[in-house]
Amino acid sequence: MREHLPVLQVVLPLVAALLAALTRRPGRAWALALTAAWLVLAIAIGLLLQVLGEGVTSYHLGGWEPPYGIEYRVDLLNAFVLLIVSAMAAAVVPFARTSVAREIAPERIPLFYSALLLCLAGLLGIAVTGDLFNVFVFLEISSLSAYSLVALGSDRRALTAAYRYLIMGSVGATFVMIAIGLLYAMTGTLNMMDLAARLPAVAATRTVPVAFAFLTVGVGLKLALFPLHLWLPNAYTYAPSAVSAFIASTATKVAIYMLLRFFFTVFGAAFSFDVMQLDWILTPLALFAIVLASLAALHQEDGKRLLAYSSVAQIGYIVLGISLASVLGVAAGILHVFNHALMKGALFMTMGCVMYAVGSVKVSAMAGLGRLMPLTMAAFVAAGLSLVGVPLTVGFISKWYLVQAALERGAWPLALAVLLGSVIAAAYVWKVVEAAYFRPPPAGSETREAPLGLLVPTWALVAANLYFGIDARWTAGMAVRAAEAVLGVGR
Amino acid sequence: MSADLALPLALAVPLAAAALVGLAGRRPNLREGLTLAGSGLLAAVVMGSLLPAVLAGERPEWTLLETMPALALRLRLEPLGMIFATVAALLWPVNSLYSVGYMRGNREGHQTRFYVFFALALSAAMGVALAGNLLTLFVFYEALTLSTYPLVTHRGTPEAMRAGRVYLGVLLATSIGLFLLAIAWTWAVAGTLAFAEGGILRGRLGGGAVGVLLALYIFGIGKAALMPLHRWLPAAMVAPVPVSALLHAVAVVKAGVFAIVKVLVYVFGLDLLRSEPSARWLLYVAGFTTITASVIALRTLQRGGNLKRMLAYSTVSQLSYVVLAAAILAPLSAVGAALHIVAHAFGKITLFFAAGSIYTAAGKTEIGELAGIGRRMPWTMGAFAVGALSMIGLPPAAGFVSKWYILLAAFEAEALVAVVVLAASTLLNAAYFVPIVYTAFFADGPARAGAPPASSAAAHGEAPWPIVLATSATAALTLAFFVWPELPLALALQLAGGSG
Amino acid sequence: MRLLGLYNYWIVVGLMMIGFYTMISRGNLVKKLIGLTVFQTSAMILYISVGKVRGGTAPILLDRADVLYSNPLPSVLILTAIVVGVATLAVGLALVVRIHEAYGTIEEDDIHVQDDAP
Repeated sequence: MREHLPVLQVVLPLVAALLAALTRRPGRAWALALTAAWLVLAIAIGLLLQVLGEGVTSYHLGGWEPPYGIEYRVDLLNAFVLLIVSAMAAAVVPFARTSVAREIAPERIPLFYSALLLCLAGLLGIAVTGDLFNVFVFLEISSLSAYSLVALGSDRRALTAAYRYLIMGSVGATFVMIAIGLLYAMTGTLNMMDLAARLPAVAATRTVPVAFAFLTVGVGLKLALFPLHLWLPNAYTYAPSAVSAFIASTATKVAIYMLLRFFFTVFGAAFSFDVMQLDWILTPLALFAIVLASLAALHQEDGKRLLAYSSVAQIGYIVLGISLASVLGVAAGILHVFNHALMKGALFMTMGCVMYAVGSVKVSAMAGLGRLMPLTMAAFVAAGLSLVGVPLTVGFISKWYLVQAALERGAWPLALAVLLGSVIAAAYVWKVVEAAYFRPPPAGSETREAPLGLLVPTWALVAANLYFGIDARWTAGMAVRAAEAVLGVGR
Repeated sequence: MSADLALPLALAVPLAAAALVGLAGRRPNLREGLTLAGSGLLAAVVMGSLLPAVLAGERPEWTLLETMPALALRLRLEPLGMIFATVAALLWPVNSLYSVGYMRGNREGHQTRFYVFFALALSAAMGVALAGNLLTLFVFYEALTLSTYPLVTHRGTPEAMRAGRVYLGVLLATSIGLFLLAIAWTWAVAGTLAFAEGGILRGRLGGGAVGVLLALYIFGIGKAALMPLHRWLPAAMVAPVPVSALLHAVAVVKAGVFAIVKVLVYVFGLDLLRSEPSARWLLYVAGFTTITASVIALRTLQRGGNLKRMLAYSTVSQLSYVVLAAAILAPLSAVGAALHIVAHAFGKITLFFAAGSIYTAAGKTEIGELAGIGRRMPWTMGAFAVGALSMIGLPPAAGFVSKWYILLAAFEAEALVAVVVLAASTLLNAAYFVPIVYTAFFADGPARAGAPPASSAAAHGEAPWPIVLATSATAALTLAFFVWPELPLALALQLAGGSG
Repeated sequence: MRLLGLYNYWIVVGLMMIGFYTMISRGNLVKKLIGLTVFQTSAMILYISVGKVRGGTAPILLDRADVLYSNPLPSVLILTAIVVGVATLAVGLALVVRIHEAYGTIEEDDIHVQDDAP
């Protein structure tokens, strides 16, 4: 059993997705999804403990030896990512029960859970596999289900958003496929570790840099790296609330993982940053993302759209950390992957609560909600402060590491930009807070607090925001060790 | 009770008071009773347990929790923090008494929210005072900003909202954008954030970098209201008077200058700053702020403008005294800075109490309306006169003692700029305080001048007794500080001894 | 001649550009999907042409020892990619049907007009 954990991680949600599609009752599909999500979380925890205890775990699919067969290879980095993704799924599925009942027609609900589980399986697959083509396949599994999830939104603009997401996402995935094909043509292998060993011999050819470029753009599209983020705001805005919470906290995070895996493990930091000088592309784009997307968020009148632009900015932070290519920088990026999943998950969930109770997430529609929905808005304030990076929240820990990493490189302007982004974040979070607490509710408003089914998962995430903000020893330690593992230094 | 244990208690008492006050929201008498009890208990903890320990040379410590590897939230009390903590803990009960009179007298709304956030703000101020490293200081500094925001916007009017936005905007932007960066830089350079005698940066940083880092700290600590970052303080005057009195004359602004002095003494170390010409600019910025803010206060007086606004600019000016004193960089100057934190606190809270007393009894907020009011409200205006004396720096008020030490330090260090600034600002202070006191007692009130008296204005006498009692108490403290300065002086000399 | 010898790549690049251009330039949602499919197909041809070994035969095991086989792996991979491509197209077309139901048009410009108008 124990040695099959890596494959169970993917197979379990896959099978559950199939079963969910076969059920006709929403309740049963939800129970199935919940069971699957929590089991997956248990598996992820088990895997992480296993990696912590025994080091890298390698699983040979069908008993074929790598590099000929497909290998599932779990080191500290992907064990951590698996934990993040499955934990977010475990938090979102309970939330979805109440939220989805109001936003999606009952006959579609089993299919919704089926798509959600497929998406989960795809994301976990990307993180767990050690085979390049497998990455592509899982990427498409998660993306295709994500397109349909977005399209389930109640606003008709969800359809156009999903369509645009599909076009840009498919282009990105095809780019990744081309890059994988070129790498295969050069080395004759698809196994990541094998590839990493063989690439240096052919690195001087023209093909490898071309593959590198295709990969950068393809993954950039998937992780919504500025200016390839155009699909993201609408998709997050019009998707059902539970989907926004899930995708915002997992899909782009897994794309970040791909970025780390390709650049550091497959190509190697030396090739990526010294030869290809990736930092000269990533750093400016990350800066633009931080500043411009934050400013764009400031001008949004729709709560979810505001958070979506904020996500683009936060991805900028993560990429900025990675572009520093130092242990501290990569650790800051990984740490923020975790922390940002917590805060954006919580924030999108509060939007789900508002959507449930008010039927709109326009900032103007949130007037007076501080009194009408005190628990929801208190959760928004707490998670919002985390987004700003106020001490004792996870946001502060990320910013601290990021600024340290920038200063370690003597990169002053970067540290300043990070903090400037925080200041703008304070302004756009405050925009919502002010509407909720200091504007009177519309006369005769009968808005009530969201039900417990929504509040409990929301507050669970908020509590995680505070807990990991107050005691960051575990997360920060994990991030540093994962960064060391992926950079191949230290242990 | 051991002094170590009293440290977390000093944070927990106001927190517990906030929670209990929130629970007792339906019953006003119980609620106010709890506030008074909490504030009294805090004063007992701080002065009964911590003060004797620090005076005896102890440095109590307490680790709250470890947030990141090698970085903990830690409390450690030293003389400067002791001074700040004592002032805040001593004035909170007085201010609570005053609040009861003021909030009831003016029938303010949302009183439970007011008392809850007031107690939270006090807890944060205690945290600032007791902070044992920069990270802890930063955490409580931010908590103080956030917990006072609902107090500033208490009235909920569009004007209050606008002021609240300025308040939060300036304070958060500077602290996140600059203060945090400075802390991160310090950590990167020194590898520690602990406050240590003699500083932690000596030998690790030199040249122009010292000046830049100093600028990040000075302007990052926006609560010190150094120009050009002073705008939030006049804006915050839309708050109810007890907030302006304890928070925006004592806790919040003192947290700012306290943090600056602490950074100068325990992070940079005076020796390092003395040896670096790039750190000299601080003296001039502080001097400029002192003079300019006094001039603005004077112009407010001439236009017969808002009394609280004038007091706010007087605060800006007086805060810069503290920074100026510290920036002289002589051992004695730290003593002057520390003493002025106390002296100004007593004096300015008295002035604000008097302003609130006038508002409560007579409904007046403008300086131009104060003629003859001293005869109707002798206690209030008497206290105001004592506060004004302290601001000018004349005996027998507290301001004289601290100014004396600042002047001594300025002569000792041959800082001519500081001497000139002190002399000029003393004249300016006199120019805007003396006329108020004079017209209040000796000019004819509107009733006798024949102007048709608004009936209410003519009928008023003194404010409710809690207000008068509190105002007189702080005035008495201001005088007592002049007569018995030994206690704060002893602490301040410990500071100078430790830093020398 | 060297450039001509790489003609398979030229075909790939040509198809890719045609697909990409169609995707960008056409406002009709179905035509965009056609462009996307052409684009994806070009990548598949890249894989398959790379797997061809000159003079090699189809990779079906024969009893003789001196046979030169083409590389079967790319073809296998592309089988998967074709499935993915078909699925993508199916989801895309389904979305277009829903968009047509909701907006009554599949022209991008008309949709924008309707979205901006409300």
